[in-house]
Amino acid sequence: MTGKYAAVPLAQCVAVSRQFGHFTAVREVDLRVDPGEIVGLLGANGAGKTTLIRLLLGLLATSAGEVALFGEPPSRGTRRRIGYVPQGLGLYDDLTVGENLEFSAAVFGSGRTDSPDLPGSPGSWPSSRSSELPGPLRRYAAALVGGLSLGVQRRVAFAQALAHRPDLLILDEPTSGVDPLGRARLWDTVREAADRGAGVLVTTHDMEEAQECDRLVIMADGAVVAQGTAGQIVGDARVTVVEASSWADAFGRLEEAGMAVALAGRTLRVPGAPPEAVLRALAGSYARAYEAPATLEERFFQLILPPSAASTPAA
Amino acid sequence: MTGRAAESGDRGMTSQTGGSAGGPGAGADRGDWGAWDVSVWHEKTLALDGVSLCARPGQVAAVVGGDGAGKTTLLRCLAGALAPGSGQVRSPGARRIGFLPTGSGTYPDLTVSENLAFRAAAYGLSPGAARERADSYLGRAGLAAVRDRLAGQLSGGMRQKLGVIAAMLHRPDLLILDEPTTGVDPVSRSDLWWLVARAAAGGAAVVFATSYLDEAERAATALFLDGGRGLAAGTPEEIMAATPGSLRRVSARPEGEAGKRAWRRGGQWRVWDPPGQAQAVPADEVISPDLQDAVTIAALARELELAGGAS
Repeated sequence: MTGKYAAVPLAQCVAVSRQFGHFTAVREVDLRVDPGEIVGLLGANGAGKTTLIRLLLGLLATSAGEVALFGEPPSRGTRRRIGYVPQGLGLYDDLTVGENLEFSAAVFGSGRTDSPDLPGSPGSWPSSRSSELPGPLRRYAAALVGGLSLGVQRRVAFAQALAHRPDLLILDEPTSGVDPLGRARLWDTVREAADRGAGVLVTTHDMEEAQECDRLVIMADGAVVAQGTAGQIVGDARVTVVEASSWADAFGRLEEAGMAVALAGRTLRVPGAPPEAVLRALAGSYARAYEAPATLEERFFQLILPPSAASTPAA
Repeated sequence: MTGRAAESGDRGMTSQTGGSAGGPGAGADRGDWGAWDVSVWHEKTLALDGVSLCARPGQVAAVVGGDGAGKTTLLRCLAGALAPGSGQVRSPGARRIGFLPTGSGTYPDLTVSENLAFRAAAYGLSPGAARERADSYLGRAGLAAVRDRLAGQLSGGMRQKLGVIAAMLHRPDLLILDEPTTGVDPVSRSDLWWLVARAAAGGAAVVFATSYLDEAERAATALFLDGGRGLAAGTPEEIMAATPGSLRRVSARPEGEAGKRAWRRGGQWRVWDPPGQAQAVPADEVISPDLQDAVTIAALARELELAGGAS
């Protein structure tokens, strides 16, 4: 994926920190997004993801370290090369789909007129800009955004963010709440942008979504605690799986033994305790316990929570 | 808690599911709650079209779908808040149901403790026992430190946790939770799942609406809804096994007709070939579908069927 494009990263943070009074929201973070790659940013609430995004967008100044977008400090000019889809989608409910795109095009100076397939004159929607709407969305051009389903609104927000052919796309939980087929199609759109050379930074709480990314960056308490592919991050982490004649009974006994236990169908999963320890806690009941590879989510919790804190920190 | 758990213990190991049952007789035990072949009209829109869901004591049933799939309508039928146009619903009396509607179901102007005390009083629980149970849930869910905070001042995840605790405080037989984890961060989500497991371990039948596919894999059974219709139902293993046709993994979108049956996952392409249209492909391209593939294929098959029917 890298090496295909120029060596200048689209976005780069070098030892970036940001303090609010005595509170360090972001701590010596290194991050880079290269052309053509999709990077996922994961972390619990308060881990520093939003602050990091605001630093990257130039909405917030760093306390230490350097942020570069397209090789230069964030500015009004670099802002135009970014497409951003916030979780709330950032659309105007009282405008039609067409009007939303027209408005956005005006803000972005009618987009990248250097693209041969994009007509450059703003203000003539929908005739000149309808080609920017993906086929299935064209029939909504005259519909008020507020009256559309969330799934359609999301596709409109994507179309809007992509209309000016951004070099860097920043997406916040892009497919949360979308049905499986709609989700596959939204990811199609994201991948197409990456194939064209755009870099994509996705912040998400959704592990399914995280696994669509080429690379993940996991934050906790303002710092990066792991990065790599999902496979590299999970590595050989394992959990203990318990099959018991009564999972409910086993659940109660493992809880009493102070183990972090999670339900998965009719089996239980216990991170951080080997099968022998689990069986000891279940002595006398009919149960089988064995090791299995951890999921990305289970590994995520191992990384972000202190080892002593079972599975639940005080939030 | 132990009384009801013991009562449902002998049913806990059966693997039958009632996803496509034609009525409460088929695949459902006498103690099961649920909805069978339920249809609901909202004015001229068919919001639910012949949907069935079996909620078994001591188990978690996930109702999965995107926005507008019909999840809330189905849950409202189960809770007795909405009478279906046709079909059957079997649920315990209102006092034996715990219901968390979308948007948390707590009183913003009461503190966390007051919310739970109010709920305990409304259900006639003995104050001492209710407080003890509430304390244990609050402690485990990371809410012990915010007991005296107004519910309206809690973060989204904390408010959802409080809502679930309030809904399960009276140990209902049927616990119905409408998207408690949507938009909630992973740590709170894991606490919410612990509460759900706790309720099921205590013998409750739990029905849980979600848009997250991975939560379907944590439930005993899942019902996938799409546009008011059931798309797939059963245990995750049953849903994967029921996938028609075959699935292959390729590096580029295929040309022509097959391109319409292709989607991307993690930088590669998946192509679904319907039954009878299997292509001569290298054996190493063929893969067995995971749950996400299976549900995508079910939605794709329906879409192609609808497109075929319209032409």
